[in-house]
Amino acid sequence: MVRLMVDAPAAGSDESTVDAFLQGGRPAEHPAQGEPSLRHAPGPYFGNYGGRWMPESLIAALDELEDTFEKAKADPEFTAQIADLNKNYSGRPSLLTEAKRFAEHAGGVRIFLKREDLNHTGSHKINNVLGQALLAKRMGKTRVIAETGAGQHGVASATAAALLGLECVVYMGAEDCRRQSLNVARMELLGATVIPVTNGSQTLKDAINEALRDWVANVGNTHYLLGTAAGAHPFPAMVRYFHEVIGEEARAQILDQTGRLPDAVCACIGGGSNAIGIFHGFLDDPSVKIYGFEAGGEGVETGRHAATITLGKPGVLHGARSYLMQDDDGQTIESHSISAGLDYPGVGPEHSYLADIGRVSYEPITDSEAMEAFRLLCRTEGIIPAIESAHALAGAIKVGQRLAADAAAGKATDASEKIVMVNLSGRGDKDVATAAEWFDLLDKDSPEAEIAKEGEQL
Amino acid sequence: MSTGQDGNQHASKSAAAIDRARAQGRAALIGYLPAGYPSVKDTIAAGIALAENGADLIEIGIPYSDPVMDGQVIQAATTEALAKGFHVREVFDVVRGITSKTDAAVLVMTYWNPVVRMGVDEFSRRLAEAGGAGLITPDLIPDEAAEWMTASDKYGLDRVFLVAPSSSPERMKRTVDASRGFVYAVSIMGVTGARTSVSSAARDVVAAAHAAGAERVCVGLGVSTASHVREIAEYADGVIVGTALVAAIRDGGVDAVASLTKDLSTGLTKEEA
Ligand SMILES: Cc1ncc(COP(=O)(O)O)c(C=O)c1O
Repeated sequence: MVRLMVDAPAAGSDESTVDAFLQGGRPAEHPAQGEPSLRHAPGPYFGNYGGRWMPESLIAALDELEDTFEKAKADPEFTAQIADLNKNYSGRPSLLTEAKRFAEHAGGVRIFLKREDLNHTGSHKINNVLGQALLAKRMGKTRVIAETGAGQHGVASATAAALLGLECVVYMGAEDCRRQSLNVARMELLGATVIPVTNGSQTLKDAINEALRDWVANVGNTHYLLGTAAGAHPFPAMVRYFHEVIGEEARAQILDQTGRLPDAVCACIGGGSNAIGIFHGFLDDPSVKIYGFEAGGEGVETGRHAATITLGKPGVLHGARSYLMQDDDGQTIESHSISAGLDYPGVGPEHSYLADIGRVSYEPITDSEAMEAFRLLCRTEGIIPAIESAHALAGAIKVGQRLAADAAAGKATDASEKIVMVNLSGRGDKDVATAAEWFDLLDKDSPEAEIAKEGEQL
Repeated sequence: MSTGQDGNQHASKSAAAIDRARAQGRAALIGYLPAGYPSVKDTIAAGIALAENGADLIEIGIPYSDPVMDGQVIQAATTEALAKGFHVREVFDVVRGITSKTDAAVLVMTYWNPVVRMGVDEFSRRLAEAGGAGLITPDLIPDEAAEWMTASDKYGLDRVFLVAPSSSPERMKRTVDASRGFVYAVSIMGVTGARTSVSSAARDVVAAAHAAGAERVCVGLGVSTASHVREIAEYADGVIVGTALVAAIRDGGVDAVASLTKDLSTGLTKEEA
């Protein structure tokens, strides 16, 4: 609505787009020395990424959303509503827990877990859905639609819709519906309608396609409650805004508990919402190394993975220009991961930009590495993590070991003084059957073993 | 809307085709077919049949993995084409196969990522070389089209952007200004697919596009019968039929496309005022 069409950048390097990205307001609490802030990039462009690669039919709705969001951010009543729901409904602030026994396996550095698993509904997803559902109400919409893979975002959306009295329809790949039948039941208990998607590859990306088709046809009364920091402007910047609370809390908590900033921050990357939320707290702190861990599936060399930034090429999908898993014809390639929440062939555009400028390092973690870290956290800390979050844990082990190696080589101070923070984006109750199958914990002939073979995530 | 005439070095093939129909006192008929369904050979044969039976312009769709603006029938067809191994470069064979045998203007309808992947300039060059008229871009808005504006000027291709019932007057104007050949008016808020009646919104979108300066406005989405064509021909410069033709080739092959086209074209003549 506010932007001019003539401002659209061409692909390829373009200084004006970088300037646009850097126009974000600089937080007063820690001004960067001569460097523009990376924390509040407003979109629509993040360098050459982002934008609105969308049908014209939906542009008016995106304009309306952008306008409503901008006004809401400046409205103390709205920010107070968010703060109240975060505190008294979701249970924020989430804890920052030091994982001492786990840390012994990570080169002996100190490891702190940002406990998004303790939020209501069991993951960071609640932060975004409450914000967007409130915006839907502000726009006078009576219906929300959402896509979901494993069902986490669907459950969170159904929760927010129930709380705020909105009709809720969730699109879910038919294959996923079958594998996640308990999450389907959970959404239905919360009053949502789940529609199995039988088109295309019947996975998360096809659920997004179907939600977009619904949105085009029902945009008058419907808000599309996108579940990650991807999609067309204003979604990436808006979803980040609702998750910024993660990074802001984490920064204050680590300062409070240790008196200093961490050496590294780690998060898993599906579309990138939990990651951008925690990264936000540290993007302007040059001493903090930031890592995003993508799903390496069976190994990036096998082709069966979801390591979009590591191996993808820039393209446009679902409304944004970003890294994308695609073939030589520009057809989207199906992704693979043991973790349904990371099983997406795209990634949010802000991450593509942060990768290109080198502020954040993105690395793949295989299914096996993630499951090893999953088991380790269960055994050493008494916390069952989501398999998504286990990718961040596995990454933190590698980062910790590298820091320890540097210290041993005399290149750095003692490993025990190093601090690595991990965003524990969700709890693993939903993943118990998958994990039991992976670790061969089930009696071969039990019904549970049957279910687990199908990849059930409860 | 720049028509590509009036001293411009490139004449718009789409505008010329619509103007020929207009000179005959009727609206233009535009038929859509997905490339490679059921085979590349069939698409070429069906395209020729379209032209020989009354279509003035032909729109060839590139099958794509994530067709968010398409309903069930077209999705099923393009999914099948991809499963059979369709490659994007084959769209140029289809375009050449039709333009070498007919006078119809042949446009390519494509989601944007396949063009990005090949390179906008390279795609444009090959399309022009194959005799193509231009591109219809369902998920590319002028805001993001800087590269395409440059390439389409360089190779003399038409830029057919979409306008919708939800387009604001400001966007309508900018989109009309960015377009060349014609403007594609989406008749309803929705995706492709046959519908029993034409939405009343279509007339308003066309009027708004004309008011914004569009010389040629064609209506698509949900148009499937001769009576729909007749209704739209009263106020629009062209009528676009997709799903009905895809169902025809699916159920009756090239012959069914020919007879449906003949039938649809009976609706083109404007009623005497
Ligand atoms: C617990 C958890 N973590 C991470 C993700 C990945 O999403 P994102 O990258 O948007 O945080 C999901 C998605 O379902 C999730 O459920």
